[in-house]
Amino acid sequence: MITRRSFIKNGVTAFTVGFAAPAFVSDLARAQGAASRNLVILDLGGGNDGLSTLVPYTDPFYYNRRPTLGIPPATVLQIGSDSSGKPLGLHPRLTGLRDIFGQGRLAVIQRVGYQNSSRSHFTGTDIWSTAIPSNSQGAGWVGRYLSSLQAQTLLDPLAAWAAVGETPHAFQASGVGVATIPNTQTYAFASPNILVPGEPQLARAAAANIASHVPIDQPHLAFVGTTVQQAMATLDRVALVGTYRPTVIYPNNGFGQALQMIAGVMAKQIGTKVFFVQTGGFDTHASQDTTGANGAYVRLMATLNDGLLAFYNDLKNTGLLTETLLLSFSEFGRRITENGSRGTDHGAASVMFAMGGLVRGGIYGTAASLDPNPGNPTLENGGGDVTFENDFRAAYATVIDNWLGGNSASVLGGNFKKTSLAFV
Amino acid sequence: MADALIEHLLRRAGFGGSPADFGVYSTMSYAAAVDRLVNYERVPDDVDANIGQPGYVGTTSNGPFLPNTVINDARQRWLFRMLHTNRPLQERMTLFWHNYFATGYSKVSGAVGPDDGTRLMAAKQTDDPLRQKGQMELFREKALGNMRDLLISVAQDPAMLIWLDGNTNTKRNPQENFGRELMELFSRGVGFYTENDVYAAARVFTGWNLQITRTPTPTNPNALSYQFIYRPENHETAAKTFSFPIYSDGGSTIPSRAASDGLQDGIDLISALAAHPETARRLAGKLYGFFVNETASPSSATIDQIAGVYRQSGGNIKAVVQSILLSAEFADSSSFFMRYSWPVEFVVRSMKETGWTGFSLGTTLSPLVNMGQQLFEPPDVAGWDLGQSWFSTGMMLARMNFASTLAANQKFRLATAAASAKQSPQELVSFMVDRITPASIKSMYGDLVAYASSGATWTGSDAQMQTKASGLAHLILGSAEYQFI
Repeated sequence: MITRRSFIKNGVTAFTVGFAAPAFVSDLARAQGAASRNLVILDLGGGNDGLSTLVPYTDPFYYNRRPTLGIPPATVLQIGSDSSGKPLGLHPRLTGLRDIFGQGRLAVIQRVGYQNSSRSHFTGTDIWSTAIPSNSQGAGWVGRYLSSLQAQTLLDPLAAWAAVGETPHAFQASGVGVATIPNTQTYAFASPNILVPGEPQLARAAAANIASHVPIDQPHLAFVGTTVQQAMATLDRVALVGTYRPTVIYPNNGFGQALQMIAGVMAKQIGTKVFFVQTGGFDTHASQDTTGANGAYVRLMATLNDGLLAFYNDLKNTGLLTETLLLSFSEFGRRITENGSRGTDHGAASVMFAMGGLVRGGIYGTAASLDPNPGNPTLENGGGDVTFENDFRAAYATVIDNWLGGNSASVLGGNFKKTSLAFV
Repeated sequence: MADALIEHLLRRAGFGGSPADFGVYSTMSYAAAVDRLVNYERVPDDVDANIGQPGYVGTTSNGPFLPNTVINDARQRWLFRMLHTNRPLQERMTLFWHNYFATGYSKVSGAVGPDDGTRLMAAKQTDDPLRQKGQMELFREKALGNMRDLLISVAQDPAMLIWLDGNTNTKRNPQENFGRELMELFSRGVGFYTENDVYAAARVFTGWNLQITRTPTPTNPNALSYQFIYRPENHETAAKTFSFPIYSDGGSTIPSRAASDGLQDGIDLISALAAHPETARRLAGKLYGFFVNETASPSSATIDQIAGVYRQSGGNIKAVVQSILLSAEFADSSSFFMRYSWPVEFVVRSMKETGWTGFSLGTTLSPLVNMGQQLFEPPDVAGWDLGQSWFSTGMMLARMNFASTLAANQKFRLATAAASAKQSPQELVSFMVDRITPASIKSMYGDLVAYASSGATWTGSDAQMQTKASGLAHLILGSAEYQFI
């Protein structure tokens, strides 16, 4: 993705080399102008097949067009009907999400997307990350939000935390540092002379000194030097997270462990309020198997469900649930008709989830009719794909305005607010 | 200056230089050094024979070392080659193609199991009982070959047929995955194809499938052989029309053909894509960033120049790379250290400069994951995010901590090598920055001397030399200045 690199490169010329000294813990909350609130962005990487997540189990075309992938009506987890009266059910493996839905703390938003949906993973991710379909190479939407806070106060390097290997595009913005920490155990400073008294401390001080000279006339060196500085400055707080003891057992997979870490960051109050987490494998072109005991899509749903349920219960137990909102997205939905590999190709609109203690649970938006008639207005691409009903930027606007206390029109560059999507 | 240029060349066309490497190359003219690197077929390809031999870096396995069937052993064999090969440019281009045609072991092994997954990614044909050739051996073989030829081989490579689902592409249900990425990532790039082109490309490659044959061997009665097969009965024979020219007369429709001749559809499309000017420009941009400079965008004249060599040579990658290495822009000192090192480049160069005797490549595997680059496991088909994306705080700490591990392992050897510099902390620092070479020592020199002088009073004792030599190695390797090549 050479284009993304060129964006970052352009951004770095204006990179601020300083970073906040202590007292940051409350800075973000203060800048937010709202009560201390956590936002977790969840990326379902690869393009999630929304029709298998939220099943229109009374639509005959769903079964016609998906002879092997259609999920039998008797097995779906019924959650009621949408405002058009269409009954809907969650994937059978989403029992935890069904329970959270039952507690009124899960919003399921249907048919989210945008006009001329990209079927490219990379362009699609860029568009969802920037919220600018016409020019998706600039700063990310969360990055721009953080940037707007930075105008008021210098942000701490731990203000935002991506629990993945590299800074997600949604969080990138010029001058906004994002901690990318998939795992806190390796986030520590080592010394080759641990047995020599005093040496580890001397080495750590020396590394900090070396990193303190940031050549502002050489932005590439300044960028990496600042990264070293920020790493050194955040070691001790990150180490605290490792001492967190959750109230539930999280699944022993990457997604579950990342959510446990995020709960730890929140509980230890080290200052982070905005998080990014990902679970991948949704690019199900072949052998998607939505129903088998060990089916590929069933495993995806198991990972999603078990991780989110543990996270929800843990936050509930520690009292953090009402301060937390999780919002999921995926770069596109998938083709309605299954392909010859018993999978689905890249499509258009899909579903989003919003979960949290102050979420107004329920089904938002209306389901598409899957009638392949090219004149069917709820589909696009000659009846091949689900077309969007709710602009994804309307969901972002709800989060920015209603949850973060920000100004969505300024962050998103336009007024996308939709009163019917006030899920929080 | 000449030495600085040779060092630059070895960082970019190789993985840096050990003292012995400099001994070989510093006696040559620059042109002769480029010639030796580019025309590597004149140099024996015997590096694998040294695995397990004294004097070379070690490996660590669960049981015997099986680089053709165990993925972590395959990773170590590749790192071994990067460190010890006498054909460094061949390994470097293999790495380039691995990122360009990024294929992930997990999906392949998910389809065929871990042993065969490793075979399809990395088996050396001469070692495999069924002469299976892993994808990386294809990249090595054609590292500086012809682009059209490489694209055809990749389209028919068993690992790729699994990775992008070509093995299930049939006329009843065309599979779009490979056709889309062929145009978006392997040739013209996003913005130069339409959704209708994707549907047409999927139909072009219908019938380009995978044949799996049970072929008993003396040791394995259930051994499987994986071969590309064109299945006429799966091929869609209708004409396919594209939004761009396929033929030299400007025609953009691949004609309807008998199923028995349908293999030609894919050859026609790949030939058109390989010859397209946007493919040339896109590849030129990637090679420029890989070899010359990542901190500034190339001028369009530079891209035109590189793309021009590609087109005039009919897509000959050797001609393109040679012209880049011989260009004034490459050799200019303003290009030195302007490339963010990839994690494997950082790890291999660290070992080359610090030392490897008594160290094991097994020790690099988990740090490389934390640095964000596990070989044979790129994050997706677009490959790794390069440049500044390698430098989050966590990934930087992983580099610093690997530096610590390597320095601790080499402390006795470093102290011995530095024995002549034991008179003073300043002498020791000078020795170390000569051996381990960051982009600049200007701003760190004073801090290094202060560190070397800190703690116990300087005596130059063996114990103190071991502590401070390894401590300095750790600090230099972990500095921002060392992360550039």
